[in-house]
Amino acid sequence: MHGTRILDEADRLMTVCNSCRYCEGLCAVFPAMEMRRSFSDGDLNYFANLCHACGACYTDCQFSPPHEFNVNVPQTLAIARAESYAAYAWPRAFAGIFARNGLVISLISALSVAVFILGFAAWHDRQILFGVHTGPGAFYKLMPHNAMAALFGAVFLYAIVALIMGVRAFWRDIGEPVGMKADAGSLWQAIRDAGELRYLDGGGVGCFNEDDRPTDRRRLYHHFTFYGFLLCFASTSVATLYHYLLAREAPYAWWDAPVVLGTFGGVGLLIGPIGLLAGKWKRDPVLVDQKQMGMDTAFIVMLFLTSLTGMALLLLRATSAMGPLLALHLGVVFALFLTMPYGKFVHGIYRFTALVRYARERRAVGHV
Amino acid sequence: MVDLSRKFDVLVIGGGNAALCAAISARRAGASVLVLEGAPKFYRGGNTRHTRNMRCAHDAATEILTGPYTEQEFWDDLLRITGGQTDEELARFMIAESKDILDWIVEQGVRWQPSLGGTLSLGRTNSFFLGGGRAMLNALYLTAEKLGVEILYDAEVTDLQIEDGMFLSARLKQAVNGASEIRASALVAAAGGFEANIEWLKEYWGEAADNFLIRGTPYNRGSILKMLLARGVQDVGDPTQCHAVAIDARAPKFDGGIITRHDSVVFGIVVNKHAQRFYDEGEDIWPKRYAIWGRLVAAQPDQIAYIVFDASVRHSFMPTLFPPIEGATIAELATKLTLDPAALEKTISEFNAAVRPGTFDHTILDDCRTEGLSPPKTHWARRIETAPYYAYPVRPGITFTYLGTRVNREARMLMKDGKPSANMFAAGEIMAGNVLGKGYAAGIGMTIGSVFGRVAGREAARNVRN
Repeated sequence: MHGTRILDEADRLMTVCNSCRYCEGLCAVFPAMEMRRSFSDGDLNYFANLCHACGACYTDCQFSPPHEFNVNVPQTLAIARAESYAAYAWPRAFAGIFARNGLVISLISALSVAVFILGFAAWHDRQILFGVHTGPGAFYKLMPHNAMAALFGAVFLYAIVALIMGVRAFWRDIGEPVGMKADAGSLWQAIRDAGELRYLDGGGVGCFNEDDRPTDRRRLYHHFTFYGFLLCFASTSVATLYHYLLAREAPYAWWDAPVVLGTFGGVGLLIGPIGLLAGKWKRDPVLVDQKQMGMDTAFIVMLFLTSLTGMALLLLRATSAMGPLLALHLGVVFALFLTMPYGKFVHGIYRFTALVRYARERRAVGHV
Repeated sequence: MVDLSRKFDVLVIGGGNAALCAAISARRAGASVLVLEGAPKFYRGGNTRHTRNMRCAHDAATEILTGPYTEQEFWDDLLRITGGQTDEELARFMIAESKDILDWIVEQGVRWQPSLGGTLSLGRTNSFFLGGGRAMLNALYLTAEKLGVEILYDAEVTDLQIEDGMFLSARLKQAVNGASEIRASALVAAAGGFEANIEWLKEYWGEAADNFLIRGTPYNRGSILKMLLARGVQDVGDPTQCHAVAIDARAPKFDGGIITRHDSVVFGIVVNKHAQRFYDEGEDIWPKRYAIWGRLVAAQPDQIAYIVFDASVRHSFMPTLFPPIEGATIAELATKLTLDPAALEKTISEFNAAVRPGTFDHTILDDCRTEGLSPPKTHWARRIETAPYYAYPVRPGITFTYLGTRVNREARMLMKDGKPSANMFAAGEIMAGNVLGKGYAAGIGMTIGSVFGRVAGREAARNVRN
């Protein structure tokens, strides 16, 4: 027997599925299952994170409820996945955040925004906070660049360390030796599979949402969100390089790389989250883990707010609203980074790691 | 909501592969079509829910098929498995049509994939449905709905009005919007066999039928078949013939589907409740002889048997839903199986003593055999001597029955006097007996369904226009 009730159920389902195998063409989970005859906790956590929750195997299964075999792979793996996030959390003391994620993230966000606003207000008099600042270095009248870079650098570094420790625990749990370098081919395969969300396509028709008619909308909105996020991240990175290498200070003109990248990314990060959230609310509850709703919503809303506040800052940066908007934007972004290792963000990290593992396994048995 | 007061061009009774192919092809030919599925939506599609592939002839390898499978080879296979009990004209027609079905079914939204893990031996002859039979059904239903085919679920038909071989109307058990009489210009009966009707099975099998497990839904009761035969349609096929395999005795009474099957017969021996062997376990390669074990077990006392093997082959076949029963010794295993320990020990020691040396290869008819044993095990015979010992209890699992309505090449039913019906067609299991007198080869049921479904729909639509 396994460590948890949900892993016992996942084991039962994988035993059913392994004696059927009709779904092996739908995604990576079932071929990975077929490479095994029995399943350890780590195997099941690996499958759970390999699953992209497209729902095709539920709709295609002759044994899904109300059948007495009660096979519901997407929901079971969704619950196992959520529990695995908590199990791999670093430090262990923060594992509980996953269970009350919506609450914790909204509190941290509110607090973070409040601290930035209060900080700006305490540091400066009203004229500076509500003043009109333009030209290079305008933002830094409110917060010195070095302070900003140090604060965000530190929280970013913390997030990375916590995520790495989580991945390390996951990698060890799914049976890969720690310290082993993923081979370049498997890594590249996983980057491609993740980059196109190959396994969110229900085997080719799209994923299942509110009914048994598949669409590719979730993949589209996820692309908007993911690539929007990457562009925004690129925008910030380029701006940092400008600052330190070229001594060019923000804000930049509308045609300059950081603004162009940020604008495109920001638009994606507005459209994507709205689409994902709307889809989430309509999705057939039988396919999902309802308990994750708070965590999912919190992350999607955080991404949306990051973009919304950033775009508002861009549009109104030459007005007296700039000060409060900067505080708002920085507060949201700070909270986003701080909570990254303890929220929905980790799904991408663990899924990518599972895809690397899958690519390695496939190579090991001769599929290239 | 479906308007049942109108007269439909084509009424399709049934909801599986054959029914949907008929509905789609009739609709594409311009007919208005109503489908009556007797089961609730989840259980729609009868045995199609549990299928996974279709056997179609093809002259060259494709993306999903590893090599050619010519019409002649298909015909040779059919001739061999049925022992010649087939209607050659219909069978050859079906095989020729099957070539085109490979593409036609894709046009209806069904997707293929290469053969599944553990079924490599079918990779050349059989095309597998991506996602399995229910995925195939879902695709056909979506296409039918898009084309404007009307579909009713839980629509059990209790009576058919037929006069002189002409269908007039069907009566629903439960009225829809006050209407229970459905009129149509043509009927396609695609409602399957009677395998879930234990009382009917008992007419031929006696009390033994109580111990049969039914691999598909409880809705395959054969009521439409019974009505048609009672109203002058000519029957075809031996009522005792069916597709029956040995499935795990712990499986549910109905709808256990594919996952209760056992592929392990060739790796051990099979004994009955008296711990006696009763048939050559090494007669032929799986899956060619896979389908004989249902009938063999049905003929044993209490319709139960046990596949017995040892630790050396524990992982030689696909993992099973139910774990094997385990014993540290043969006697312990026998006790767990409620067999006589001394009898099982004797059977196994006699078997072990008769095993001749050879080179084991389960992919060919190898030279591992017994000598001086009755019945012999002619291939893959190896001593059962490595503890622990294992067994799977098995019972007959009935997939579908072969008794049906006789049809011609138009899938048009023939009446008892030999005349073709004016407007009644049949497709799928309800007429499989025309092609399958006995025996089975993987995927043929779906070929019969798709080929004759498409023909029946097309001809029914043409019948309406004329």
